[in-house]
Amino acid sequence: MPPALTDSMQTAARLPDPTAPAAARQAARQLRVRLRDAGPVIGLVLLCIAGGLLNPDFATWDNAMNVLTRTAFIGIIAVGMCFVITSGGIDLSVGSMAALIAGSVIMVMNWVAPLAGSPGAAVLVGMAVALTLGAAFGLVHGLLITKGRIEPFIVTLGTLGIFRAYLTYFSNGGALTLDNTLADAYGPVYYGAWLGVPIPIWVFAAVALAGMLLLNRTSYGRYVQAIGSNEQVARYAAVAVNRIKIWTYVLLGICVGVATLLYVPRLGSASPSTGLLWELEAIAAVIVGGTALKGGNGRIVGTVIGAVLLSVIGNILNLTSIISVYLNAAVQGFVIIVVAFLQRGRR
Amino acid sequence: MSLRVRFNEVVKDFGPVRVLHGVSFELEPGRMVGLLGENGAGKSTLMKILSGYESLSAGSLEIDGVARRFASSREAEDAGIVLIHQEFNLADDLTVAQNIFLGRELRRGLLLDEGRMRRAAREVLQEVGLHIDPDTRTGDLIVAEKQLVEIAKALSRQARLLVMDEPTATLTPSETQRLFELIAQLRAQGVTVVYISHKLDEVERMTDEIVVMRDGRFIMRGQTAQHTRHQMATLMVGRELSDMFPSRLAPPPSEPLLSVRGLSVPGWAHDVSFDVRPGEILGFAGLVGAGRTELFESLLGLRKRAGGEVRLGGRVVAFRDPREAQREGLTYLSEDRKGCGLHIHMSLQENLTLMNLERHARPWLDPRSERRALEQAVSDFGIRTGTLDARAGALSGGNQQKLAMAKVLQPGPRVVVLDEPTRGVDVGAKRDIYFLIQRLAAEGRAVVIISSELMELIGLCHRVAVMRAGALQATLDADNLTEEELIAHATGTH
Repeated sequence: MPPALTDSMQTAARLPDPTAPAAARQAARQLRVRLRDAGPVIGLVLLCIAGGLLNPDFATWDNAMNVLTRTAFIGIIAVGMCFVITSGGIDLSVGSMAALIAGSVIMVMNWVAPLAGSPGAAVLVGMAVALTLGAAFGLVHGLLITKGRIEPFIVTLGTLGIFRAYLTYFSNGGALTLDNTLADAYGPVYYGAWLGVPIPIWVFAAVALAGMLLLNRTSYGRYVQAIGSNEQVARYAAVAVNRIKIWTYVLLGICVGVATLLYVPRLGSASPSTGLLWELEAIAAVIVGGTALKGGNGRIVGTVIGAVLLSVIGNILNLTSIISVYLNAAVQGFVIIVVAFLQRGRR
Repeated sequence: MSLRVRFNEVVKDFGPVRVLHGVSFELEPGRMVGLLGENGAGKSTLMKILSGYESLSAGSLEIDGVARRFASSREAEDAGIVLIHQEFNLADDLTVAQNIFLGRELRRGLLLDEGRMRRAAREVLQEVGLHIDPDTRTGDLIVAEKQLVEIAKALSRQARLLVMDEPTATLTPSETQRLFELIAQLRAQGVTVVYISHKLDEVERMTDEIVVMRDGRFIMRGQTAQHTRHQMATLMVGRELSDMFPSRLAPPPSEPLLSVRGLSVPGWAHDVSFDVRPGEILGFAGLVGAGRTELFESLLGLRKRAGGEVRLGGRVVAFRDPREAQREGLTYLSEDRKGCGLHIHMSLQENLTLMNLERHARPWLDPRSERRALEQAVSDFGIRTGTLDARAGALSGGNQQKLAMAKVLQPGPRVVVLDEPTRGVDVGAKRDIYFLIQRLAAEGRAVVIISSELMELIGLCHRVAVMRAGALQATLDADNLTEEELIAHATGTH
C-alpha cells in the first residue's frame, strides 16, 4: 500500500475548488455532456413521434416488431463493432464476412443433412460452423493487426474483398440455396417468436446486454477503453494490449456469426449481394450512438439506439410518401453527419 | 530595431487550473534577460503567450506601448517575436530549407521558388555557423544541429525579440560555446533575448538582468551582477534549499534487490551495470539522449535489448512487457506523463486502478471498491482535486504527477523506477513528491530516479549514476556531490 504522508498533505486532500467560476464551468460542462449522451435517445423519441403522426400504421406492435427484427442483424454486429472501435480499431469486412459465413453455412448444412439423419442436427452443425468461422476470421484480423502490425483499416479492407470474392466463387456468381427440408427446420429461428416477440429480437437483446456488462463492468471492458483512449499509456500500465485487441476482433467475428445464423433462415440463400454495405451501417450505428471513432469512449446502449434509429428512418420513409424511398441512404447519411457535427469537440 | 514588451496582469487558465496569476513586468529593448523559475513556474506559458502560441485569459500584452493579442505564432513573428521551443518545432520529413521557410514560402506566381529559398537558407545557415546542405532531411540532423536550424529559422524571420527555452539542455560544452557566441552577436545587433534556463552558471555569465517567477507569479526583477547563484536558486524555490528535501536515511545493509549486469540497448545504451538495494534511492543523471529512459524501457521489455543479465531479488529475469515486470514487483513511471503516464481523458478512478484492476473485479468491477482506493490515494498522496469525479486532465501538473505515482504504486511494487518525477510540477508539489519518495524507500522499496534536475538528485538520492552517450560514466556517492561534478561526468569533461 502507498505510504501516508505528512499532516499538511493529508489536510490538503479534497479541498473543494475555491474558484466559483471554475465550479460553474464544470457544472455547465457536465450538463452539456449529459445532453450529448441523451442525444440519440431524444432523436429516436422525436423520430417515433414524427412517424406516429405521419402514418397511423407506424405506431403499431407489428410494425415495431418488424423494425426491430430487421435491426437485429446490424444491431448485433454493431455491438461487436463497438468494442473494436472503442479500442481504436475498425473492421470494414463485416458485410463480406457475413456473406461468406452465410454461404459456407448453407453449403455445410446441405452437405451434412443426408449424413446427420435429422435436419435439426444439420442446422445445429451449421450454427456451430457460423460461430467458429466468425471467431476464426476475427482471430486472423486480430493477429495481422497486432502481431503483424498492419493498420486495421488496411487488413480489413483486404479481407473485405477476399471474403466476398470467395463467396462469389463458391456460388458461381449466383446464389447458394438451402435445401427445402432444411429451410423448413431452420425457419423458426428467424420467423419464430417467444412471448409474442420474434426470436431475433431476443437474441439482439441478449447480445446487447452481454456487451453492456462486458464493456462497462469487467476489467476487460476497462482495458478496451484504456487502449482506445491512449494505447501507449495502457501499454506502460502493464495492460496486455495485444491480447485485448485480438479479442475485440474475435468478439466482433462471433457477433457476425450470430447475426448470420439469424439471417440465413430469412431467405434461405446467400448471393454476392448478401450483407452488402453492412459494415457501413454497423459503423454508422456505433457512431450515431455516441462512440468516438478515434476510440476510448464506447457506448453499447447508444449503439443499440443508433442501430434502431437508422432503421426507423428507413421504415418511416417506407410508410410515408414525403421523401422517396430511393433517398433512404441519403437521409441516413445526413443523420450521421448531423450527429457527428453535434458531437464534435467531445475531446 | 528592438521592441519593448510589457506584461500587464497576465492571467492564464487551463480549464479549471490557473497557471498564471496576474503577471506584470517589462522587457527592456536590446537586453538579455534570464527568466528563472522552477518547472511549473509558468515561464514557458508566459513566453507562449508572448509568441502567439497561447492566448491570455485576462490582462494584456503591450508591444511598444500598443496592446496586442496575437492569434497565432505567425502574427507574433510578423511583429518580430520568435520562440524557440524546448521541444523543437521542426517537421522531420521536410528538408532544412523547407523548415526554415515553413508557413512563409517564397513564391514565383503560383509555384514555389525553391532556388531562392535554398539560397536564402544557405546564407542564414552560414550565419549561425552550420555548414550543411539546405536539402538535408531535418530528421537526419543531430539535436545540436536542429537547435541551430531553429535559430536560423528565427533569423530568417527578422526576429527582434528571441525567446530561447532551455537551448543548451541537449548541447555539449563546445556546442554551447558556439551558441553563446551567436547570442552575443544577435544582442550586438539589438535583438532582445529572453533566456530560459535551469543552468544558473549560464544565466550568470550571459544575461544582463534576471526575472524570477514562482508558481505562476512574478517574484522579482534585478541586475544579474547583483545576485549570487545561491540567491537566484533560493528566489526560484522560495525557501532555503535545505528545507526542500527530507533527511537522508541510510538504507539497511542487505543484498541488492535489483541487479543489472552488462545491459545493452541497441542504439541507446551499452554495457550498463548497477545495483539497487532495498531502502536505497539511486539517481540517474545525464544529458537528454544519454540513454537513461531507453535503458529502463528495455528493462521493462518495451525495447529490444542486446545481452546483459538482470536479477530481481536474486532471480534472473527477462521481461517481455511491463505486465511481466509488474508481476515480479517492478513498476515504472514514464517521463512522458500525457503520452505514456496517464489517460488524461479518463477519470481519476479509472487511471488509478488500471494497473491492478483485477483486485476490483469479482468478477464484475466494483466501482465502490475503486472509489475507496481513490479516496485512500487522494489522502495518502495529497492529490488536490475539486471533485473526485474529475478527469485526470483537469488536475494541475503536480497533482497529475501525484496521481501517476499513486497509480504505479497500486500493485505494491518492490522496485519502482520514477522517470523525471517532478517535471512540470510546482515547488510545493515537488517538496511533497520528495518526501513521498523518501517514504517509499523507508518502507524498504528500491527506488530509481531518473532526473535532469541535478539539485534534486543530489538532495534526494543515496548514490547517483551518471550516463553519457549510452555508457555509465560513474556512480557517485551523493554526500559532498556538487552539480559541477555531475555536469562534468555527464558531458565528458571530467
